[in-house]
Amino acid sequence: MSDLLKVENLSVRFEVKRGGGWNKKCYLYAVDDVSFTVKKGETLAIVGESGSGKTTAALAVARLVKAHSGTVALAGENILQKEAEDLRQTRQKVQFIFQDPYSSLNPRKRAEAIVREPLDSLSQKTEVEKAKIVDELFEAVGLRPEQQRLFPHQFSGGQRQRIGIARALATQPELIICDEPVSALDVAVQAQILNLLRKLQKNFGLTYLFISHDLGVVQHMSDSIAVMYMGRVVEHADRLSLFQTPRHPYTQALLSAVPTVDRAKRAQQKRILIPGDPPDPVNLPLGCRFANRCPVAEAICQTVEPELKSDANGHRTACHLV
Amino acid sequence: MSHLLEVKNLRIELTTRDGVAPVIDDLSFTLNPGETLSFVGESGCGKSMTALALMGLLPEKVGRVAAGNIIFNGEDLSQASDQRLRAIRGNDISMIFQEPMTSLNPVFTIGEQIAEVLRAHQGLSRRTAWAQAIELLDAVRIPNAKDRVSDYPFQMSGGQRQRAMIAMALACQPKILIADEPTTALDVTVQAQIFDLLTDLRNQTGAAIILITHDMGAVAEMAERMIVMYAGRKAELGPVDQIIEHPRHPYTKGLIECVPHIQSNPSIERHDLVEVPGIVPSLREFGKDQCLFASRCAYLTEACLTSRPDEKHFANGQSADCWHAEAI
Repeated sequence: MSDLLKVENLSVRFEVKRGGGWNKKCYLYAVDDVSFTVKKGETLAIVGESGSGKTTAALAVARLVKAHSGTVALAGENILQKEAEDLRQTRQKVQFIFQDPYSSLNPRKRAEAIVREPLDSLSQKTEVEKAKIVDELFEAVGLRPEQQRLFPHQFSGGQRQRIGIARALATQPELIICDEPVSALDVAVQAQILNLLRKLQKNFGLTYLFISHDLGVVQHMSDSIAVMYMGRVVEHADRLSLFQTPRHPYTQALLSAVPTVDRAKRAQQKRILIPGDPPDPVNLPLGCRFANRCPVAEAICQTVEPELKSDANGHRTACHLV
Repeated sequence: MSHLLEVKNLRIELTTRDGVAPVIDDLSFTLNPGETLSFVGESGCGKSMTALALMGLLPEKVGRVAAGNIIFNGEDLSQASDQRLRAIRGNDISMIFQEPMTSLNPVFTIGEQIAEVLRAHQGLSRRTAWAQAIELLDAVRIPNAKDRVSDYPFQMSGGQRQRAMIAMALACQPKILIADEPTTALDVTVQAQIFDLLTDLRNQTGAAIILITHDMGAVAEMAERMIVMYAGRKAELGPVDQIIEHPRHPYTKGLIECVPHIQSNPSIERHDLVEVPGIVPSLREFGKDQCLFASRCAYLTEACLTSRPDEKHFANGQSADCWHAEAI
């Protein structure tokens, strides 16, 4: 299938103030030269720890933060160049599901108005059409019609996330960015939302960019996975090869760190503990960003930054030792 | 072996606008020296309330121990005076909280906060307490502890702050360490470091750990026994591996099955996750004479709605409060 989203050399930088004179400007590259593609109808998961740049990358794709350089092409069109009415049209095609269903819904609006809002601001539909769409959306996400009149505080966490999902679906987007959509929910409710997301994907042919730190959830939801560390993609592969043969030492450590209920797996798998903390994102080391914590780092890793290289099967890894 | 802690028929009531709700309802369990016991359940099931009750930290005027005993080393903590509880807290029983940023005082250095515990409980001088704070930071593997001891919390990463919290909790060599979701705010690789540290420290000091979590994987890695809580009541209790292999309560079963567990060899086909429909009942429902899980349960029968299930016992101390436990 064709690529719906093609991100090339995307960088996002923030200006940070550091001591040492009034005019000393420093830049923090939250996303640094990142490229990936997502096929239509598939799910790309971006995993990484806090501060790895996964959310910033997603926000840049949705034009919610400004990209410093690079291109984001949606169905062949670079959306970073779009402005005004053109941008409004594009926003209908890219929608966002936020992490925290408690802070991402306006407490003073009724559920129906929340779900209708993207239609009000982005589309030119009549009131009757909008009401019909809202009815359909409530049904699609498993909420009852009479709940349209309620306010966010009258819903449980899982139901609120359903409202957030309905809102994201309102403009019939091609790409939905899910930023940690279940990490604020209780485990039993997580399963309900994950099943719903998969069902909607199947029914409406949606494409997901799925941001998560939970590798179990990622394994269940995604078709391919990009692992980010300190603003860079360090490994990118399809679901089976990433979990079966993780190559980057960081990915290996990440996978081994997940606690598991499987007693056999715990017995046979040795946990790779990576010591210390990530480096200062403003003063990045010269070589590989993971070198100071890497259990297998060699001399070259301290001086030369590895490139993201692809093998014959499209499994991309940024490591000198692979 | 005598128990380090014995909780008998504990009932904790919270006064709410809708009346009095038993947020802990008839809970009994024991804790042995050097053991890790885990409390599991969704939010609002009474896990943290149990911890607060053990520490004598129930919200004033709102919460109270209505019945039952908390016997620690032969002493009933539910009857103890505030003064006595203050002497025990942080000394014999200490606690690590979920969010290391908000539970440290931002205007004092890490060293001052650790030294305060030692000075209050052990009457150490400023200088000795400070020296011990450095040793403790070293013990929780904060590199360069001698310099970091005069850092403020904001100068540390999340993982380091949680280590500092652990150092503080361990300062007086407590007999029980209560860890309330100690890694929920942390990344997985840091979580692995913290678990590793807790296990090592437990083996060195012989402290018993009460680990409160919602993550079945964490329970499996850390604990020997677990208690599954639902709506203020014990749903199931027993050895961790045995329960994971064969849960006897439908809620435990749901908790284990609803999570997409990571596999090293995933299948191409993916099935829908098992859902536990619905949500935890509201406080108003707590204390009813029926099974509180009934509305979400696949094994529902008439009996579940008319009386509270009895405790059914199985091998190795496993027990489940469900009318259908034998059939599951």
